[in-house]
Amino acid sequence: MMRNTIQRRANWVIVATYLAALLLSIWPLPAWAEPFRPAWLMLTTVYWCLFLPHRVGLLVTFLVGILMDALTGSLLGEHALALLLVAWFTLKLHLQIRVYPWWQQTLTVLGLMLLYTFVLFWVDGMLGYSQGALLRWMPVLITTLLWPWVMQLLSLLQQRYQVS
Amino acid sequence: MFALHRPQRSPHLFSSNPAGALRTMLLIAVCIALMFYDHQRGHLQKIHAALSTLVYPVQLAVDAPYTLAGWAADKLAIHTALVRENTRLKQELLIDAVQLQQTAALERENAHLRELMQAGARLSGHVVVATLLAVDTDPFRRVIVINKGTNAGVFEGQALLDAHGIIGQVLQAGPFSSQVALITDPSQAIQVELNRTGLLTLAIGGADVENLSLPYIANNADIKPGDLLVSSGLGGRYPPGYPVAVVTQVRRDPAEPFARVSAHAVADLNHGHVVLLYFPALAPEPMPKPEIHSTKKTPAKKP
Repeated sequence: MMRNTIQRRANWVIVATYLAALLLSIWPLPAWAEPFRPAWLMLTTVYWCLFLPHRVGLLVTFLVGILMDALTGSLLGEHALALLLVAWFTLKLHLQIRVYPWWQQTLTVLGLMLLYTFVLFWVDGMLGYSQGALLRWMPVLITTLLWPWVMQLLSLLQQRYQVS
Repeated sequence: MFALHRPQRSPHLFSSNPAGALRTMLLIAVCIALMFYDHQRGHLQKIHAALSTLVYPVQLAVDAPYTLAGWAADKLAIHTALVRENTRLKQELLIDAVQLQQTAALERENAHLRELMQAGARLSGHVVVATLLAVDTDPFRRVIVINKGTNAGVFEGQALLDAHGIIGQVLQAGPFSSQVALITDPSQAIQVELNRTGLLTLAIGGADVENLSLPYIANNADIKPGDLLVSSGLGGRYPPGYPVAVVTQVRRDPAEPFARVSAHAVADLNHGHVVLLYFPALAPEPMPKPEIHSTKKTPAKKP
């Protein structure tokens, strides 16, 4: 009984973090700041795939990615594909990445973020949206630098609500 | 406390891999198939409609603080400011009414002249006001979200205007909201006419939010900065004769076949909040099939 309520609350915590990431992804920013928006959804995906791989896997990632596509007006499946690749690498190596010191984890996130950005850039390039090539790499830096903080925040949430 | 009751999970180092190869390949294949069919617009309308309904609450949630702020500003507005605004609006209304009178006379004259020239009547339509949702989309696409969908009669390819010029066309019409591509989106092109000379050409979107480029203008064409570009209506999407952009720069390089011309959109693409959905008066008639004047197609029998 008790375990069930905890379980349900845990589910809601996961849903809430994804929802927060989606909200932040479309939160209106001034035009100059738009290209610098961190990839919140990518960070959330990496975190849950890293620390809760038996609960949050590829299917969740795929569904969230499709929602992201519907929100941003990109091609259906574009963000889903990029997130899937990131999630796949994270799931494959989650036992190793988990025990890395924080700076090594951040470097891993840098690599994953490069992959994510590259896939988006690649698909957009095929569609003719290849302008602003330099600006595309800005979120890579910002998202990577945000990782230690996002990780701390999410692990606090995870401990507080016993999400496992 | 509760942690004691939690089932102990064995540290499965080598078993039950959550990133199974089969599942991964399957999902990636689904993604690629979705992208492939979505690229050819019109194939995934039902999925888009369902998804747009699903994400509408998220968009509303993001939009809510801005709507609330606007509402609060209305409620808390100072009386004198309201009176001042009212006076200004009344003056504007008067000026507009005077201009409308002139327009009515001109329209009559235009119709008469068209009759004399035996040209078809200009299509006119009506407009419906829609509001932008304060949400951001992909920073490399010029897509905006409006608060009207198929429930208000919005259809894909519908033109959007504001008080100054053409804004864009509807990309995806969901049940409650729609995504609109601005004319400056890199995937968009609009048929325009040079108001001064009647030169017909294409204006395509590019890197900038407010600027269009005209890549197919011959080097010796009569075009100069300050010229107004209006929609020609040839594509059948946009109402004809509505302002689109003003030419800002003409660079002629004798070594190249075309001049480099850029134009600044006249619609308020960057800061606008209220847009007009354009409903054409008549549904565009299907193209009449060309009559075949040749003799019978049946092969003549050989004797």
